[in-house]
Amino acid sequence: MARKRRVVVTGASLAGVRTARALRDRGFDGEVVLVGAEERLPYDRPPLSKKLLAGEVPLSGIQLLSRDEADALDLDLRLGCRASALAPARRMLALDTGEQLRYDDLVIATGSAARMPTDWEAYAGVHVLRTADDALALRSALAGSPHVAVVGGGFIGCEVASTARGLGCDVTVFEPLAAPMARVLGYEMALDLAGIPLDAGVRLRCGAAVERLEGNERVERVRLTDGSVVPADVVVVGIGARPVTDWLSGSGVSVADGVLCDEHCATSVPDVYAAGDVARWHNPLFGREMRIEHWTNATEQGAFVARTILEGPQSGGYAPVPFVWSDQHGVKLQIAGVPDPSHRVRIVEGSVAQRRFVALYERGERTAGVLAVNSPRGMVTYRRRLAQDDAAEGPAGARFAARPVAQPGD
Amino acid sequence: MQILVDRGKCQGYGNCAVAEPRVFDLDENGIVKVLVDAPSEELRDQVKYAVLDCPARALHLEG
Repeated sequence: MARKRRVVVTGASLAGVRTARALRDRGFDGEVVLVGAEERLPYDRPPLSKKLLAGEVPLSGIQLLSRDEADALDLDLRLGCRASALAPARRMLALDTGEQLRYDDLVIATGSAARMPTDWEAYAGVHVLRTADDALALRSALAGSPHVAVVGGGFIGCEVASTARGLGCDVTVFEPLAAPMARVLGYEMALDLAGIPLDAGVRLRCGAAVERLEGNERVERVRLTDGSVVPADVVVVGIGARPVTDWLSGSGVSVADGVLCDEHCATSVPDVYAAGDVARWHNPLFGREMRIEHWTNATEQGAFVARTILEGPQSGGYAPVPFVWSDQHGVKLQIAGVPDPSHRVRIVEGSVAQRRFVALYERGERTAGVLAVNSPRGMVTYRRRLAQDDAAEGPAGARFAARPVAQPGD
Repeated sequence: MQILVDRGKCQGYGNCAVAEPRVFDLDENGIVKVLVDAPSEELRDQVKYAVLDCPARALHLEG
């Protein structure tokens, strides 16, 4: 009897789990092996900075895949081990347990890891937020209303600040640009929205970089480049993430701030694909490479890769309109497309003063991105419009103002 | 095929309404509104994807 085709998915977070589910959904009856670095069953990450951190849901409430579901889908779930090397010529994936897994198709969904300056790690009281363990550790640290310093005013930093403030902590956000979220939203919108954390009682220290942390065993202070010093019992570092690709060195898979993929999410090596945070692929809609560290992309790209593995290259390639949301201090921020600080911003619905509006980011006649604040209905309208424009005008991305570098992700 | 909605869980992310506009929309309050409770079989794939792509897990499919 011929052996069964085997798809190995390395990475058991959203992109990996969605890939595995989609393979079965589409009727794949070969072997599916899902390799996860953490011992825990796969879980959803957005609640880590919000409801899980706030203690409003337990870990069991954010599971992505239960044992029973994995069994029902006939997934060979390998938890607590990570990919350590890839040998495409032999179609072998090596795990850090010493095991070698043969594959017919491989999906790289190893995600990203939180960045942390090496000399900060030594202090107790310094946290990042990437895994469930990180979130549980931070939740413990936030008990007792400590002084919390959040370094980095991006998505993670702003959400942690919101949750910590809601728990009654004294919170200061440190952001080197002029306002939180400025890197994503540009100065105009970011400055308009800075009132949201301020009204909630969060202190903002913008426009100065953190020079170093100070303390003994525990962190005690944050020192800024402008010479000022702010006391801190807990420091949360939210300065971005790096794709987990170190294990691919020497494999022949091309890597440059992510696994390089074509418009079909195929890597430089045959039958090896990438999805989720780790994938830097060519988005035909925008005519350039992107790497996106957000929920909706992970699920869509995982489903796309599964389909490509089973059916071959899909016409048009993987050409999504990126979408991300952030809930901060009871305000819903939603971003679609690729806003860029250099774009002209036009309010097309609602009022900035009332914190309920839709803003378009435009370059020339083209819409590149959409920001919706407390306007989910408006956002749906514009997301649909962007998708339709794509269908009407083909994959050249004529309606979209691409920017040459950078990424929409945090 | 029957779509079950937990409006209390809906956060207005709108992924469903973008994935399958013939079946899902958001109301004025930004909460999901199902336009067709029992969509035809030909929409099954899209509906299934809309359900899986709901970050709030407010949608379920029966049958």
